[in-house]
Amino acid sequence: MAVAAGLVGSVAVMRRMTLAADAISHIALPGVGLALLLRFDPVLGALGALLVGAFLVWGVERQTRIPTEAIIGVVFSLALAIGSMMASGEQLIDALFGAPQSLGQTELVLGGVAAVLVIAFMLWARSELVIALVSPDLARTAGVRVARVELMFLMAFALTVALGLRYLGVLLMGSLIIIPAATAKQLARSLDGMQWWSVGLAVFAMLAGSLGGPLLGVATGPLTIVVAAAVFFMSLVTRRAG
Amino acid sequence: MSTALEVQGLSVGFGQERVLRDLSFTVTAGSTLAIIGPNGAGKTVLFRALIGTVPYEGTVRWAPDTRIGYVPQKLDIERDLPLTGRDFLRAKAKVAGVPRDEIARVLSAVSLDGGAADRPIGTLSGGQFQRLLVAFALMGRPTVLLFDEPTAGVDPPGEESIYALFRQLQRKHGFTLLLISHELNLVYRYADQVLCLSQREACVGPPIEVLTTERLQAMYGAQMKFHVHEHHEGRADT
Repeated sequence: MAVAAGLVGSVAVMRRMTLAADAISHIALPGVGLALLLRFDPVLGALGALLVGAFLVWGVERQTRIPTEAIIGVVFSLALAIGSMMASGEQLIDALFGAPQSLGQTELVLGGVAAVLVIAFMLWARSELVIALVSPDLARTAGVRVARVELMFLMAFALTVALGLRYLGVLLMGSLIIIPAATAKQLARSLDGMQWWSVGLAVFAMLAGSLGGPLLGVATGPLTIVVAAAVFFMSLVTRRAG
Repeated sequence: MSTALEVQGLSVGFGQERVLRDLSFTVTAGSTLAIIGPNGAGKTVLFRALIGTVPYEGTVRWAPDTRIGYVPQKLDIERDLPLTGRDFLRAKAKVAGVPRDEIARVLSAVSLDGGAADRPIGTLSGGQFQRLLVAFALMGRPTVLLFDEPTAGVDPPGEESIYALFRQLQRKHGFTLLLISHELNLVYRYADQVLCLSQREACVGPPIEVLTTERLQAMYGAQMKFHVHEHHEGRADT
């Protein structure tokens, strides 16, 4: 899961869509709320809402005349508001920050399969995504079907958020995608470097959170993000010194 | 000579505004067409219609098996984008399905040294980045190259050398070249045909017919003199 997050994050950060990324992850919340209300698996509800969210962001990105950031800001707040109306109390806290101890066997297996799918897509589509993020026009003349590959990327993004939902929650999963990648951008000078750093840091933060959480008696999800953020600030200092 | 591109009745509009109106021209395979005109005349829009990234009316017909290499005017690249020139060319090699040793070939064709190719693309100078974009366009052996103001942001000696490079590459590979330019003297020397675009009218013809003082004045709407010397060197004064 952390590997998928690192790969997806590296492209998201290079595309300068960190805000959109955050918005997509928050759209999971109304899905969770709806699932709790109708009594089906919250992860499925979240995944459904996320895919819709990815589609929305994709549609908005294609209509370049609309100020994307404004719309994303609105959609994001709306999703939070609707989500918090639908879910309540402990359920909401679980949805926001994750509840790793409640993971079942089936969920783990399905999660593993989904992670492998995301990783395979990110490696397969890497070249197309890279050209499209430099210039959609260039990508088009190089034979890339830009709209299609970008929609698939956003879907991969949504799937990755859904993957981490039970573990880290809505608020923090977006961060596991973005923070290691933002750190990697500070440290790397090439595409391979970017992706290795991004994946490495995501895995490191996740392991540190999972192992350190029980040891220190704190929740694993928030600790994971604290570790990732600490490395990010260290990378800022390193870069300034270097 | 066969036809590389045939355009008939091409119109492009954004909302109420018509940028291109009923434009028709043909380009012979292996020739050079220069597109000139004042700012806002729709030169870049024409290119984007030709590559199919803006909706248009009319017909754009490329010869069968056309492979297009496109060099855009300028790209907004973050300085700290972790992507080297070589990464960028590798991505093209993979997408175009050509072997990676093409990279060395195109880099030497545009005289970009390996050191520059290994730096992040946001840190390259204007001329180096331009050469990288040309290298990117040359990968996969295009039959047509489209250049949008290839020398914008390049100093005058660099400008001349980029045109000389096109000439040399064109002789070697025989591709068709379409370029947008403000450098009328270079257009005069290098183009076989000139397409002029302006709000009022469009015209097509060889440089000697199109690049006349009257035509240029009508097009740019300003005092514009263009001298042609006997040994075929042009000079533009505004």
